[in-house]
Amino acid sequence: MNVRSLPFLSGLFPLALAITLLSQTPPGPSLTLLSKDGRRPLPIIMVTDQEFVALDDLAAAFQLAVHEESFGAVTVSYKGKTIVLTPDQTLASVSGRLISLPAPPARSGRQWLVPLEFVSRALAPIYDMRLDLRKASHLLVVGDVRVPRVTVRYDPLGAAGRLTIDATPRATSTVSQEGEHITVKFDADALDITNPPLPPQGGQSLVQAVRVVDATTLGIDLGPKFAGFKAAAQPVDTTTRLVIDVVAQQTETTPAPAPAPDLPGAPAPAELPPAFNPPAFSIRTITVDPGHGGDDEGVKGAAGAKEKDLTLSVARRMKAAIEGRLGIRVLLTRDDDRNVPIDERTAIANNNKADLFISVHLNGSMRRSASGAAVYCAAFDEAADAAAASGGAERLPTFGGGLRDIELVPWDLAQTRHIDQSTAFAAILEQHLRGHIPLAETPVDRAPLRVLESPNMPAVLVELGYLTNAEQEKLITGDTFQNAFVQAIYDAVVHFRDTLGAAGGTP
Amino acid sequence: MTLRRALAIVVLALLTGAFIWAFRAAPRWRSTRAVAAPSPTAPAPPGRKIKARLFYVSESGTKLTGIERDVAYAENAAEQAREIVAAQVGAVAEPLVSAVPAGTTLRALFITEKGEAFVDLSRDVAAAHPGGTANELLTVYTIVNAVTANLPAVTAVQLLVDGKEVDTLAGHVDLRRPLARNLTYVQ
Repeated sequence: MNVRSLPFLSGLFPLALAITLLSQTPPGPSLTLLSKDGRRPLPIIMVTDQEFVALDDLAAAFQLAVHEESFGAVTVSYKGKTIVLTPDQTLASVSGRLISLPAPPARSGRQWLVPLEFVSRALAPIYDMRLDLRKASHLLVVGDVRVPRVTVRYDPLGAAGRLTIDATPRATSTVSQEGEHITVKFDADALDITNPPLPPQGGQSLVQAVRVVDATTLGIDLGPKFAGFKAAAQPVDTTTRLVIDVVAQQTETTPAPAPAPDLPGAPAPAELPPAFNPPAFSIRTITVDPGHGGDDEGVKGAAGAKEKDLTLSVARRMKAAIEGRLGIRVLLTRDDDRNVPIDERTAIANNNKADLFISVHLNGSMRRSASGAAVYCAAFDEAADAAAASGGAERLPTFGGGLRDIELVPWDLAQTRHIDQSTAFAAILEQHLRGHIPLAETPVDRAPLRVLESPNMPAVLVELGYLTNAEQEKLITGDTFQNAFVQAIYDAVVHFRDTLGAAGGTP
Repeated sequence: MTLRRALAIVVLALLTGAFIWAFRAAPRWRSTRAVAAPSPTAPAPPGRKIKARLFYVSESGTKLTGIERDVAYAENAAEQAREIVAAQVGAVAEPLVSAVPAGTTLRALFITEKGEAFVDLSRDVAAAHPGGTANELLTVYTIVNAVTANLPAVTAVQLLVDGKEVDTLAGHVDLRRPLARNLTYVQ
């Protein structure tokens, strides 16, 4: 489908000049639709702390047909594909597949409202073009438009300072100085950025502020003591990281601990920290660990289901859903029927620098009554926490000369640094599982589980349910259950990613 | 010359024996004494019992329930711990259900100066384990809690299987270090 066939693009915004920044959206909350040919704000309506958009607005923008059926449901059709919404239900059917929404559709006067997530979860799977909902910045990118998310950080360091500008996905930029300003122009169609990117820093700061100049350009306001700068860009995974080191004039009043170079382009002072840390937020890789395998069959159900087979089948479904619909790489710790040692499972996650580790298991009990899914995070005793805290960075020589700070983490205690994020993900996962599959009486728990101690990233172990319970065995081996579980995992990953993005933190 | 050599061999053998005793036998003797009752050699009066809190799988199947049962009295902590664990892993009749696989027996038990008990169970505890995270947690904490809840001198328990340290029983719970009492699994 051609972009120009969208009515709002051809009618209201015919020129590419219409591409502007989020900062220039009209007052009041709105979702900005951004495509190759223009942008259009859609009003956001708040209903009990949830962000909704009017279904009619989406219909006009995306050529959707909306019908209210006699039996109460609302159908949304697009090119022969149908979404069925039911009032008071968070579940919706998208081309026959069930998806969940954070809130049911709401009625406001004569129009229907749907949560923002309707776009990413219901519309995106059936729409011709890529729909990239960036909830934290109220942006919906339509089609193949280059709109990198840009974050700016400034670290003052004595008589010098460092600006770190991350653009994700990668975008190159040109840096130039014009008097008391440095401009950074990105090779992109628009920028996804908060405004101002860097608020005023105070009178004596080398960098006073960073402003948005136009759709793709940032302006850096320099302080009176600015003497020179050095810029370097380097790709880090899916991010381009631009580092601009600025230095001050060497004057008698400057309490500079290090000599400041007096020419633009002079090398940065030695005490600056390494420039290429992991980029800010985003989930790029998830490791999914199908429990057991080979001669380790795990729990066996009364009707013959084996834990090792079910975990592999569900893990493959998770990989297909997450890779296919989110574009996040999913690595399985095993993709066949073999026994993988526990340390090898976590090594696959650590060596591939995964951002999330999900181990999939099925539960068992000596009593057949036990039922329900549960999510576990690691538990450490006080001695382990103290041992992990006593670790730290060591300055070690690197290949090719020089020194580098290397952080040393004991393998068995790597998870201690991520336990808060793991707990947060477990809570999000519980929220998305609830109402879709049966939960255990303690749905989120912490336990000293071997496979959760070494992942150097947020990590959880999910028990789908009890194979020792005949009813549960029948349920869990069915497609309906497995699809609902995979959808909940998918929703939880999207939710977790949005949370990280909004917080600007790393996983 | 021959006599002198023979004497030297005898002295060397004695020294070696003393050395082995000092480094292998003595620590266990010392550690047992550290937490033992004052007279470890005094025989317990026949038939004397204590009330011990033992743990079984709850009705819901996902927790433990504490039950008071009579266990033979012993004069020192290590002996008492053996009695308690032996009673805990022993066969039970309905309505009680044990989280410890049937056939599991206690091979040995000792307590260190630090108050950590090492409980050595027969291989059935792992080989006959039906698996599942919750199940394995209940098995492990049945033993850990039975020892720590009844003997305040013991702060943590490490499970051994067939005399050896193990990673896990069935692939989930880390058994490479002693585990402290955890009553969150108890109703």
